Amino acid sequence: MIGNTKAQAMGRRDAPLPDRVDVAIIGGGIMGLATAYHLSKNSTLRIAVIERSYLVSGASGRNGGGLRMQWGDEGNVTLMMQSIEMCRGLAQELGINLWFRQGGYLFVARSEAGERRLMRNASLHRDVGAPTRLMTGAEAREIVPQLDTDQVRLAAFNPHDGVVFPWPFVWGYAGQAVARGVVVRTHTPVQRIEVLGDGLRLHLGTGEQLDADRVLNATGAWSIELNRALGIELPNHPHRHEIMSSEPLKPFLDPLVVDLATGLYFSQSTRGEIVAGITMPDTGPAATEVDLGSSRRFLAHLGHALTQVMLITSQLRVLRQWAGPYDVSPDGDAIVGPSPGVPRLYQVCGFTGHGFMMAPAVGKIVADLLSTGKHHPMLDRWDPSRFARGTSRRREDMIIG
Amino acid sequence: MPRRSFVCRCEDVTLSEVDHAIALGLHEVEELKRYTGLGTGPCQGKECISALVKLLIDKGLADPETVQPFTARPPTEPVTLGALAAGLAPDAGDGS
Repeated sequence: MIGNTKAQAMGRRDAPLPDRVDVAIIGGGIMGLATAYHLSKNSTLRIAVIERSYLVSGASGRNGGGLRMQWGDEGNVTLMMQSIEMCRGLAQELGINLWFRQGGYLFVARSEAGERRLMRNASLHRDVGAPTRLMTGAEAREIVPQLDTDQVRLAAFNPHDGVVFPWPFVWGYAGQAVARGVVVRTHTPVQRIEVLGDGLRLHLGTGEQLDADRVLNATGAWSIELNRALGIELPNHPHRHEIMSSEPLKPFLDPLVVDLATGLYFSQSTRGEIVAGITMPDTGPAATEVDLGSSRRFLAHLGHALTQVMLITSQLRVLRQWAGPYDVSPDGDAIVGPSPGVPRLYQVCGFTGHGFMMAPAVGKIVADLLSTGKHHPMLDRWDPSRFARGTSRRREDMIIG
Repeated sequence: MPRRSFVCRCEDVTLSEVDHAIALGLHEVEELKRYTGLGTGPCQGKECISALVKLLIDKGLADPETVQPFTARPPTEPVTLGALAAGLAPDAGDGS
């Protein structure tokens, strides 16, 4: 592509819908919109995106904006190397400021088990060309001088990892997709999917219908209801994850820091805020519906853990807290591809809290699959049918939160 | 009117930026917040939300009887992490 198309619209509640499209995408989050963007760039398929609320209303507008290639599994490391590489030119490509800053991710381990994980990962990262380096606690303190590293046995730093401000990603993909002819309809729920002889019919909350050759369920943690109504039983489920943001400070914290001992993570956004979350002790059985409540319990846990390792944050003020859903897949791998029993309905779900960072790469992978049939290697392990076949396998142990 | 008017002083969001977002088809307070960043600064929208809603009403894009502010997020006012940490109940564990 030469030059950028200036965005004229971001999706509207009154965007006119055609009677039929080639691909209908349910869900105006980053997955659906990145896929729509790549389809509009590289194919002549007619595309519509249907969002039940406003864009950025779901998990894409609620995550911490971290992007890392420091994973525990080769496939995920390689995928995130691609995604981060794509992000480097994405602000120009999408014509919007993404607040992308590559300050690295610093993992610290305070236990022997954590130390072993970081050593194993660093070896894997070296094999695939990711520039992760192991360091002592003293060396980690050279990167973050305010960090308490007394009990740190080992740290791992990758300078290519980074943070973004999530909202403009979604607007950027939406604006470019609309400029290339994608219909983005907001404030319109899909109530039911009907299987036709030659496609699928979406029954919309407005009373309208939209027929499509193929449909993407890109609704993440909200995907279960639409799937179940079609008899598609997949094991992903929503898990509430809380997060907070502080008053803005002058830039002082380069990397996003993850403390493996507590599951605490914190970073400084390019806007200056400290954004932080933590693994919370489990609170009962797996949820079936999305819960976006905020708790004081979270702020107390977070405050305790963060002030323990960064004493200077004691005087830092929390401006707001909110929650978002992880769309948890039981083996930690995403659920992407034709649905069992309804092959015209493609799933793009189950990203288990790391969908946002993977979306730049995944949008291209899914668009290639739909437009040319090109089969990225990750699609084998992401196959929605693996659970029924009994071939699901857990490969990844670096899921934080 | 001065050349630049600010709707949100915390995040430096100008009237012309809000007008631009409205021209793109974004007409609701939640989406305008997320496109412009309005209301995400230290005052968390306490100052700018009324100005934004009045703009939308004046343009016929919001109904004064039903329009709602964007979701208020806790805490009600900024609280230090030190104070929050002190509130961790002894039986709540250490988060590990």
